Amino acid sequence: MGNRTPLYQCHLDAGAKLVDFAGWDMPINYGSQITEHEAVRADAGMFDVSHMTVVDVSGSQAKAYLQHLLANDVARLKVEGKALYSCMLNEQGGVIDDLIVYYLRENFYRVVINSATREKDLAWLALQAEAFSDLNTRFRDDVAMIAVQGPRAMEKSIPLFAEHQQQVLAQLARFQGAEFDDCFVARTGYTGEDGFEILMLSDQIADLWDRLLAAGIVPCGLGARDTLRLEAGMNLYGSDMDETTSPLVSGLSWTVAMSDDRAFVGRAALEAEKADGVKQSFVGLLLMDKGVLRNHLRVVTAEGDGEITSGSYSPSLQKSIAMARIPAGVSGVVEVEVRNKMLQAKIVKLPFVREGKSMLSNEGENV
Amino acid sequence: MSEVPSELKFLSSHEWVMVEGDIATIGVSDHAQELLGDLVYVELPEVGDTVAAGDSVGVIESVKAASDTYAPISGEIIEVNAELEDGPERINVDPYGDGWMYKMSIEDAEELENLLDAAAYSDSIIDDD
Repeated sequence: MGNRTPLYQCHLDAGAKLVDFAGWDMPINYGSQITEHEAVRADAGMFDVSHMTVVDVSGSQAKAYLQHLLANDVARLKVEGKALYSCMLNEQGGVIDDLIVYYLRENFYRVVINSATREKDLAWLALQAEAFSDLNTRFRDDVAMIAVQGPRAMEKSIPLFAEHQQQVLAQLARFQGAEFDDCFVARTGYTGEDGFEILMLSDQIADLWDRLLAAGIVPCGLGARDTLRLEAGMNLYGSDMDETTSPLVSGLSWTVAMSDDRAFVGRAALEAEKADGVKQSFVGLLLMDKGVLRNHLRVVTAEGDGEITSGSYSPSLQKSIAMARIPAGVSGVVEVEVRNKMLQAKIVKLPFVREGKSMLSNEGENV
Repeated sequence: MSEVPSELKFLSSHEWVMVEGDIATIGVSDHAQELLGDLVYVELPEVGDTVAAGDSVGVIESVKAASDTYAPISGEIIEVNAELEDGPERINVDPYGDGWMYKMSIEDAEELENLLDAAAYSDSIIDDD
């Protein structure tokens, strides 16, 4: 038996098919992952993301610590509740994990990291903390989290909150969170749709799930979560980047803040990589032939081989799509080796889908 | 628990076989479609192909995985379910009916003896659930 989130019984009640995910018994779907995917694109769906790791970082050196730890710069966070996406790098510039950090108030940040990387991340956080005094990192094993996503996610979920909270939530800016007595709600997500991520004490989360369900929000599993994030061009740690790949070859240059002289772990390696010329680019692929692109398939280009890092079927586009790491400078059409056959795929700009709409029309694609 | 019709024969790789005279119709089991989830692509053999028992003759792909399908017996492919090209979800909805994959001639009826009956197939999938 794996770890169970506080919503385990809710999943069984909703007819979930459970799978092992990094040691957790998690729903892969509740019947049809395509139906769940479509619910998020067209209406509202919800995901149990309680397996994610939440760490509160506080103390007068919290900011300095995070500026040292993260490739993105928490100094960008000036408004209370604001969120920032960042990678945490090793000295070689490889990605230890990607994460979201929220600035809750002065000397207090909340970091949400992946579940599969929990042990090594917590060890790394502790190791990097040794050089700092007046710093407290607290792993929050007492909280659980639900992501409510889709064009109608806010309208359907806001009425379930207390009146004084409703007003705040209705005016919440994107990538902004609000802290209340009993919960923390942020307008963030991993689907390319609008919505909230709601964090609260574990013993209260099942009640929230039941109320969201009663409000007509569709339970969605990890299967739909993966196709939604892939369409949205959002990286998955372990597939699209890991400790051997830098953010510069993972489509994440935009998350690395190097304009000033801030010293952060991995900076020297990234500067060397840049000086040498970044050798690979991270692109979207749209399969023109029939079939389905999968992780690790070989991509053949005029400049040499590349590899698909995440490939699947896009329910929104009804075609197969992928993200791939290929030699820098390649554009146009490439070939992908699928079971000894060479299939044609077009390089496209990420994301594929945003807020329910195909972004491929910008590419002159007939999709 | 998935459906396992008693009149069909099976392969442990989850194909079902329905025998009518000297023709066999082949599809994939209800259990297999449940394991794979929503199907999005099916690659079938071509009419006129001659295949031997155990040959890989096609692929069915769901959102999450691809799975080869194997010929249960030897013979010639005489018809394929072209509806699956644009409607692979037929296999999810009706694996033993509209979701059939192809028909083939039966070259050697003795090969049918090597297939699992419904009870044996049911036993083989118990551990998967």
